[in-house]
Amino acid sequence: MLTLTCPCCGMTVEETELAPGGEAHLKRFGPGSSDAEFEGYLFARKNPRGVHFERWRHAYGCGKWFLAARCTATLEVFGTYPAQTTEPPASIVAAIKARRPDWEGLK
Amino acid sequence: MGMRRYSAFAVAREALRFHQGWERAWASPAPKKRYDVVIVGAGGHGLATAYYLGKNFGITNVAIIEKGWLGGGNTGRNTTIIRSNYLQDPSAAIYEKARALYEDLSQDLNYNVMFSPRGLLMLGQTEHEVRGYKRTVYANNLQGVETEWIGPERVKELVPIINIDGPRYPVLGALYQARGGTARHDAVAWGYARACSAMGMDIIQQCEVTGIRTAGGQVQGVDTTKGVIDCGKLAIVVAGHSSVLAEMAGFRLPIESLALQALVSEPIKPCMDVVVMANTVHGYMSQSDKGEMVIGGGTDGFNNYTQRGSWHHVEETVRALIETFPMISRLKMLRQWGGIVDMTGDRSPILSATPVGNIFVNCGWGTGGFKSIPGSGWAMAELVAKGSPGPLAAEFGLDRFREGRFIDESVAAGGAP
Repeated sequence: MLTLTCPCCGMTVEETELAPGGEAHLKRFGPGSSDAEFEGYLFARKNPRGVHFERWRHAYGCGKWFLAARCTATLEVFGTYPAQTTEPPASIVAAIKARRPDWEGLK
Repeated sequence: MGMRRYSAFAVAREALRFHQGWERAWASPAPKKRYDVVIVGAGGHGLATAYYLGKNFGITNVAIIEKGWLGGGNTGRNTTIIRSNYLQDPSAAIYEKARALYEDLSQDLNYNVMFSPRGLLMLGQTEHEVRGYKRTVYANNLQGVETEWIGPERVKELVPIINIDGPRYPVLGALYQARGGTARHDAVAWGYARACSAMGMDIIQQCEVTGIRTAGGQVQGVDTTKGVIDCGKLAIVVAGHSSVLAEMAGFRLPIESLALQALVSEPIKPCMDVVVMANTVHGYMSQSDKGEMVIGGGTDGFNNYTQRGSWHHVEETVRALIETFPMISRLKMLRQWGGIVDMTGDRSPILSATPVGNIFVNCGWGTGGFKSIPGSGWAMAELVAKGSPGPLAAEFGLDRFREGRFIDESVAAGGAP
């Protein structure tokens, strides 16, 4: 079973206590953007086989949103971090690089 | 490669010579330099696409390339359920086309796919669900799909082992499709493969696509672990790995890959001759010809390519089913497995041209892939052959997301196959 550490309350919990929230670090497009940009924001997903950044909510705990870096091909978790950021912090990037030297970074 | 017909006479002939004369069902050639059409993915959908390209459009210079083995992905991992009781007109049309083709697929392919239209019930266990399914029945009647709403007594008649007055999820009735049922999943892939091979198409297994070559916005060919293969048209029919292939071609899809899992019990004597789906509790069950109870559950909520699911889903599914079918509580689980399903936001598939010229995708079948194989192949073959969709595929283009024309099947799909 997948276990993640909630960076908000520090608890390490099983996935039954968490609610998945899909891809993280989406760039929001709203009024004034082109149709293609808006469509991309709403629907197009990277859905990679490998390193994936995603949103989770500690639904049956502190209730807060947080982000996780995880490998979709092996279910390895590289780390979790607070949601108040537009890109993964250096420590998470380093943790991924250490395990996946070929990783090309967040695209 | 010619194809010797299977028949009662052939069985008798082979019986007299110690079964020495059976030939391989399909050839395993080395890839040629170039094909008119390359199909990535030798699962049910890819092979059916190839078959109807040959049968309906006379296009036989076709390669179907597969990174693993033929039918080893979701085609070999589903719960073999066939039904077409969907709500929206475009879905009913393509799923009913598929179901209708299944009716005489064994004769068409000269391969026994063991289609068993044993009847399928979708249980209404909450008032909300009853309203939803009655609406589906009305829609189906208008669409020419034969379904009916039946009461709890009739459900009990059809499924003697069911408990219709459970305290938490009583059975209030069911959406009944009498000509729904099951088929032998492997045989569907094998039958199509044999027929494709007989038409001169090349099925190339253990050949992974590592890159897609384009020039001037047009597809040129694919890089594979068995070298470069040039093609006039490319069809990507790879279910869970659709996003990976799209990335190679330089575009993104509105798809997320999730694990859907299933399990079978130890084999027992025949006790249930219909398919029962209980979507409120995310469980569905049928009995295989071997006697195993085939049980499917819901999907995980997070992106996953590992072809294995989380245990707590098995527990939830079984816990709920035991309440509806008390007699299964003593059964042992024999096997459990997962497949990677390609989910779209509206739970409807994508059959579409793409931003790259002459690349077509057939994906997004999500939890409903097996039942749709013949219809999907039929519609996809037309799309690939003509370059534009026919009536069956017309509504399932990628542009529906930009235009907000969703084909919402969240009730019909409901996380169930």
